[in-house]
Amino acid sequence: MTNSFNEFSRAKMFMVIGSNMTEAHPVAATFLKNALLRGAQLIVVDPRRHKLAKMADLHVPIRVGTDIAFLNALMHVLIAEGWYDKKFVASCTVDFDKLAATVMRYTPEYAADVCGVPMEMIRDTARRIASVKPMMLCYTLGITEHTCGTRNVMSTANLQMLLGNIGVECGGVNPLRGQNNVQGACDMGALPNVFPGYQKVGDMALRAKFEKAWGVDALPAANGLMIPQMMEGLVDGRVRGFYIFGENLANTEPDIRKVEHELASAEFLVCQDIFPTETTRFAHVVLPAAAWSENDGTFTNSERRVNRVRTASAPPGQAKPNWWIFKQIARRFGQQWAADSAQEIWDNEISVLAPQFGGIKYHRLEGDGLQWPCPVEDHPGTCFLHQDGHFTCGLGVFTPCDWTPPAEVPDEQYPLVLSTGRRLAHYHTRTQTGRCEGLNEILGEETADISPADARAKGIAHGETIRVSSRRGQVAVKANLTDEVPAGMVWMAFHFREACANWLTNPVYDDITMTAEYKACAVRIEKIQSDR
Amino acid sequence: MSENVFTLNGNEVDFQPGETILEAARRHDIDIPTLCHLAGATPTGACRICVVEIEGAETLMTACTTPVVKGMRVLTESPRVVETRRTLLELMLAYGNHNCAAGQAGGENWTAYQLKAQEIDGDALCPAWGDCKLQELAFRYQARADRFVLTPDSPPPELANPMIVRDFSRCIRCGRCIQACNEIQVNRAINYGYRGSDLKVVTPGDFPLANSNCVFCGQCVEACPTGALVDSKARYRWRPWKTEKIRTTCPYCGVGCQQWLHVQDGRIVRVTAVEDAQPNQGRLCVKGRYGYDFIYSEDRLKTPLIREGEGFREVSWDEALDLVAERFKEIIAASGPDALAGVSCARSINEDSYQMQKLFRAVFRTNNIDHCART
Repeated sequence: MTNSFNEFSRAKMFMVIGSNMTEAHPVAATFLKNALLRGAQLIVVDPRRHKLAKMADLHVPIRVGTDIAFLNALMHVLIAEGWYDKKFVASCTVDFDKLAATVMRYTPEYAADVCGVPMEMIRDTARRIASVKPMMLCYTLGITEHTCGTRNVMSTANLQMLLGNIGVECGGVNPLRGQNNVQGACDMGALPNVFPGYQKVGDMALRAKFEKAWGVDALPAANGLMIPQMMEGLVDGRVRGFYIFGENLANTEPDIRKVEHELASAEFLVCQDIFPTETTRFAHVVLPAAAWSENDGTFTNSERRVNRVRTASAPPGQAKPNWWIFKQIARRFGQQWAADSAQEIWDNEISVLAPQFGGIKYHRLEGDGLQWPCPVEDHPGTCFLHQDGHFTCGLGVFTPCDWTPPAEVPDEQYPLVLSTGRRLAHYHTRTQTGRCEGLNEILGEETADISPADARAKGIAHGETIRVSSRRGQVAVKANLTDEVPAGMVWMAFHFREACANWLTNPVYDDITMTAEYKACAVRIEKIQSDR
Repeated sequence: MSENVFTLNGNEVDFQPGETILEAARRHDIDIPTLCHLAGATPTGACRICVVEIEGAETLMTACTTPVVKGMRVLTESPRVVETRRTLLELMLAYGNHNCAAGQAGGENWTAYQLKAQEIDGDALCPAWGDCKLQELAFRYQARADRFVLTPDSPPPELANPMIVRDFSRCIRCGRCIQACNEIQVNRAINYGYRGSDLKVVTPGDFPLANSNCVFCGQCVEACPTGALVDSKARYRWRPWKTEKIRTTCPYCGVGCQQWLHVQDGRIVRVTAVEDAQPNQGRLCVKGRYGYDFIYSEDRLKTPLIREGEGFREVSWDEALDLVAERFKEIIAASGPDALAGVSCARSINEDSYQMQKLFRAVFRTNNIDHCART
């Protein structure tokens, strides 16, 4: 997030696109709703009429996967009408001409046709976002989980730069991150192309710095593999040893049958986890780890805030902290790592090696933590990025993007779109929430959310078990008739193994990030004929 | 000297324009008791416990709703104020089931009173014992529960959901839960229903919470000053005098809410939000508040395991780690370091991800390290 949660309740206008915040980030949504009570405006762009959409001043129900066409059309109107921030564009950005040339092709007429919303609604949206400044843009996986995910993200940034809504309080581009420490895992360099602090592995000077700090030579310079490539490597033999730490890939990745074939192909699989999962079934070695409240350490939230995690009780049996396990393996390769606690790892290594964290030390994290960048020890941390239009790379670069449809679109055989996501009472594959007293009572099984119109066409009753099939697989699942879902769409989550949406989802990826297209594939629904 | 001054208990103090008496007094470390006042919500003056005496005003005024005016002379603990507060408390104690008998404690001090109660800890003691604002104030103002005729018994508590016990017999109709639901979390599941002495906090249609818009965020429980709303999972397990509070960060979504873990005999027995903390400002959701007990599941992995046929064999750490190192060394020797790949965890602490990428880069010599950020 460029900005912070504490700005939400003061914001004047929001555009929430591809985010079901009330279920996926409930507490963040409360601040947004507080702003609405104080008179802020809300535009929700989402195929589903979810709770937040029902509270919105304007809900724009675009078709799944048409975000770029919609955002480009907004920019078309803003430029054609002269409603953009000319001063910001002139002084803080480059390549406006390229953007203008691209979006000129996206007339509201054209976008209305692609997106399935009235042309006047697109103009109305443009008028509204041009009339209140700043506007805060929030998105979640509805933007990223597409084959065009990177371009979707670029388009949201283009829009906010065009409106001059970057580098100001209560503005910005704000992806709400899904997991408690997904920001932190990125920051720490658990990525194939960067060291901690986003320092590129391809940079010789940076490699030299890490070689010195770690007391090794010849760190690898080539970018490594991304998860989908690793998984494919298990089958073709390129990857022979696979180490999975705290992930339940067998349920979370698209096309479970393919994923399980890949995991079963692993020559040597190590799983380090707190529970046996669908993934540990394929392991050759399973290492028991300490969980959340059995650790001292830090998490970094969506707004770049590094906060403490503290120990409440000891891990069960012989389970050990994860950092300890990695250290023991390093020792067996002849490397003696000095740090012997999370604090020593952070204070002596991470904050020394990654400039953004230079000023973050454990003794400064006792209260509300610190938001990076925080380069030196007397730095107060950074609430919002790019202040006064100063971007990391100097000027903000407009990157024009063209719309492409999802890889698999409905056809005669599979006439509906399946889109997936998360529900409030559970978390991902329920390894944790499924083992908490009461949460299964609140939500005990998966449903396929369908529109009353599609249900009527098939003679499906609310609560009836139906079959949902795609080219990858099929599940039997209860139908949930709801006006939140538009006709032509099926919506499911991946919390329950048997009716997990990932039996159906399409393993196709964004070219750059290799994020899978969880938000769009083609399915059909059928009544299950009873034997009687 | 600032123009904006008023007299508070005989001392001239400043105030900010628009500030209420309560806010100004708190800023000057004068403790005015409140029951219905909820930070971040509109003051209602419903409970009237914060009444103060203002020179020239005929009646006592509620400090939470009355703005300070220049030159105002305010007394926060005058005999008239104290007597009024005691009467208000005695009326509240008479209405419903408040059997903690605060007023019967005689001249004993608070600690002695609590110690005595701990000896009879069990279902007989209110689940909010020791964490009840009404009880605390009844003791402070020596209010007696038996001054007024007690109302007849209320209906039994609502237990028809897994998270929140609603015991209307302990409700003082202060409305904090309603404000927490409507103004803080904005879930709009509850409000006042019925009229007069039948006044009650209800869902639309007065159905149980499980059949309403309630999302079980538990903010109402956190707001309740008495034992009317209690976390089911903590009921009769959590006792404030037995617990240690540990601050931590929620393990679920990327908001990073700050929590208090209430730890009793080495186990988390309750989770509440850290007031005024960033980023969540005293709020949690259903998972953050009630999704903590997975760590005590019997399913936890407790021993390293090595595959043997279709199953696993329990082994020592040394045996497991030796095997991992040996196999990885063989693979590196035969196929090079890029034949290894690893996926880190977006749920675990920063330091774990740092160590894992260091293991892959500095020890194995491959950049084949990733995690689920891309999905």
